[in-house]
Amino acid sequence: MPIVVKRKPLTFLEKLYIPEIVRGLTVTFRRMFFGETVTLEYPEQRPPIPAGYRGVPTLVRDPEGREKCVSCQLCEFVCPPKAIRITPGEIPEDSDYSHVEKAPKEFDIDMLRCIYCGMCQEVCPEEAIWLQNQYSMSGYTRAEMVNNKAKLYELGGTLPDEHFKWNKKKEAAANGGDHGHGPAMPPADMPRSENPEVPPVYPK
Amino acid sequence: MAEEKKENLITVNIDGQDLQVPAGTNMVEAVKMLGKEVPHYCYHPKLSIAGNCRMCLVEMGMPGKDRATGEPMLNEDGTPKIMWMPGPAIACGTNAAPGMHIKTNSPKAVESRESVTEFLLVNHPLDCPICDQAGECKLQEFSASHGRGYSRFIEEKNVKPKRTRLGPRVTLDDERCILCSRCVRFSQEIAKDDVLGFTDRGSYSTLTCFPGKELANNYSLNTVDICPVGALTSTDFRFKMRVWFLKESKSIDLESSVGCNTVVSSREGKVYRVTPRRNDEVNDTWMPDSGRELYKQIESEDRLSYSTVNGSQTSAVEAIKAAAEILKGEGVAIVGSGRNTVEEQFVLKQIADQVNAKGVYLVARYGDGDGILVSKDRNPNVRGALATGLISDLPAEQLSVLASQIDSGEVSTVLASKEDLVAAGLSEEQLKKVKLIVIDTHASATTKNADVAIAGLTQFEKSGSVINQQFRIQKFHKAVPGPVGSIDDLAALSAIQASLSGETFPSVVGTVWEKIAAEGNIFEGLSFKGIADTGVLLDGSAFSGLAFVEGKSLHFEPKLEAAAAE
Repeated sequence: MPIVVKRKPLTFLEKLYIPEIVRGLTVTFRRMFFGETVTLEYPEQRPPIPAGYRGVPTLVRDPEGREKCVSCQLCEFVCPPKAIRITPGEIPEDSDYSHVEKAPKEFDIDMLRCIYCGMCQEVCPEEAIWLQNQYSMSGYTRAEMVNNKAKLYELGGTLPDEHFKWNKKKEAAANGGDHGHGPAMPPADMPRSENPEVPPVYPK
Repeated sequence: MAEEKKENLITVNIDGQDLQVPAGTNMVEAVKMLGKEVPHYCYHPKLSIAGNCRMCLVEMGMPGKDRATGEPMLNEDGTPKIMWMPGPAIACGTNAAPGMHIKTNSPKAVESRESVTEFLLVNHPLDCPICDQAGECKLQEFSASHGRGYSRFIEEKNVKPKRTRLGPRVTLDDERCILCSRCVRFSQEIAKDDVLGFTDRGSYSTLTCFPGKELANNYSLNTVDICPVGALTSTDFRFKMRVWFLKESKSIDLESSVGCNTVVSSREGKVYRVTPRRNDEVNDTWMPDSGRELYKQIESEDRLSYSTVNGSQTSAVEAIKAAAEILKGEGVAIVGSGRNTVEEQFVLKQIADQVNAKGVYLVARYGDGDGILVSKDRNPNVRGALATGLISDLPAEQLSVLASQIDSGEVSTVLASKEDLVAAGLSEEQLKKVKLIVIDTHASATTKNADVAIAGLTQFEKSGSVINQQFRIQKFHKAVPGPVGSIDDLAALSAIQASLSGETFPSVVGTVWEKIAAEGNIFEGLSFKGIADTGVLLDGSAFSGLAFVEGKSLHFEPKLEAAAAE
């Protein structure tokens, strides 16, 4: 047995429609003149990026300006869509950082392939590659969408960390660890990392 | 023979499992036979035993004997009582003895390994991200599997020179050295060029060359291969590519008739290095440095990347058509090469029969044999040409017979494969007198004068087999694709033969082998797939009358001299 719902006939005011139009426009004008805006004028306005956001992968320098990447190619290995391409190179012996020995000659990330998974950042033993808050990339050609080494450092900037991992080697040499036949003494104004005052606690 | 071997077997007990091993086997090898591994750094199966890394410590014990009576001591259940040694023993320096018991995983053995690893890591730098050995480093592997997993060392590490030049091809990173002395022993025992040694003591110890000497012998890069850590690095391969990207293809060193077994490592069509592959019958685990540089020919500047007909570029198909047309004429001579594979020589032989060749020649290539792994005969496959019937006598260094044939007008067409005829004694005028077809990989005076030049492949870009000085047939595999515009030599020769005979002819090694085996010569019953990775020894007695030039080398005794000695 079908249920028949009886439609209520419209009243006179409803038949005029005008009160409903006024009601709708009231909401519109209230939002327009008094309410808070919920949309952004993208791209002039940009939304705040939360911490830990995975944007475009970039290469960073340490506070001394040394490029942190040593071209170990672990990111290239781990990258699921094979977006990263590195050509390793050697740091010349007359460089201040010749004891680091290795740096990338070329470093390309194909942003048409990148899936922003963050594996490269996770695997990096030198904390040299970071997915930062840049999220929009565009270009007219495929070639433009490949970030080369210069572009990656431009996007990456400086990482304000204080590890100075590689300086410890120079310090060790300066403190006699080289038995007199090691690399040259480090410059006097070389920043020194903090020595661990408290010995670490080990498992077992 | 088999019975004699059986008598020499002794029974040892490893981790509760009885195992029969030949007498004289050390514990590392005995445990390996059981499918387990005793970690080791300084021990190398082909070198003398030094026992200085201490990594292979295991617990061992012997069945006890009553001192008074000499009776074996028994447990209550009647099994022999094992008198365990109070301290661990090194597995590499201790030979298995009858009744010996070995524990490789007892708490004492595990503790010993962890302690040794900790000491080895005390001064080892945290270089893995920049170290070329990472990925194939024994210290890295064993630290993960036999180390504590954390460091108690809070002092500053030793600092040593990072790029010492030991020789033209070897760079030493002293910090990474764990003083296993494999390289020192290799130089003394295999290369017979005693140039390496340790100076100073304790943490000052350093690997150095003796004053005024350098590690320059033709086997220096083997020290890099056997270095268990990243201390000795190849100057050529240094910082080029991480090893885990490399695709490994089994290959053969074609620089001489020794035929060292090699592994060609490539990534995305580019070869990065060539390393030896173990073959106890040919090259053990070594190979000469000169053979490692052969891959550079792939990208050399004078590489032919397209075929030409009368000097103008054309497709390989057109070039083959033109070649076959020329070969249909009279007075054809064929110059094969000791660098051709057995398959190519076989097809060349078919072509020679088809065109009624006026002469088939090979060019001999002689150098000095070093008595180890480079022989006097620098052609890798002269024996292949003999076995396929392409030639019946040893080749001469100069093509003087062919030269006179051209001068007399007897020969008017020459098909040459992988040989520069000008270098082999023909003049350019003589080449201009004949119709010349060349299949080669690199530009030469011959390819410049050729009517048809077909761009072929190097050994790294094709598969095939060669027969070495022992009459051992060994195969190599394609590692990288050839350049665009080149064609597999075998496919080109097959196409020419098919065009000449008007019948189809197989063009890949697997199917060509069906024809070779059907010929009923010394290859009978063989197939390309059937050739083992370490090669198959053929019966070369049919050629024992020939005066092969090779002298004595590793695992090879020249037959004529052996006969003379008797």
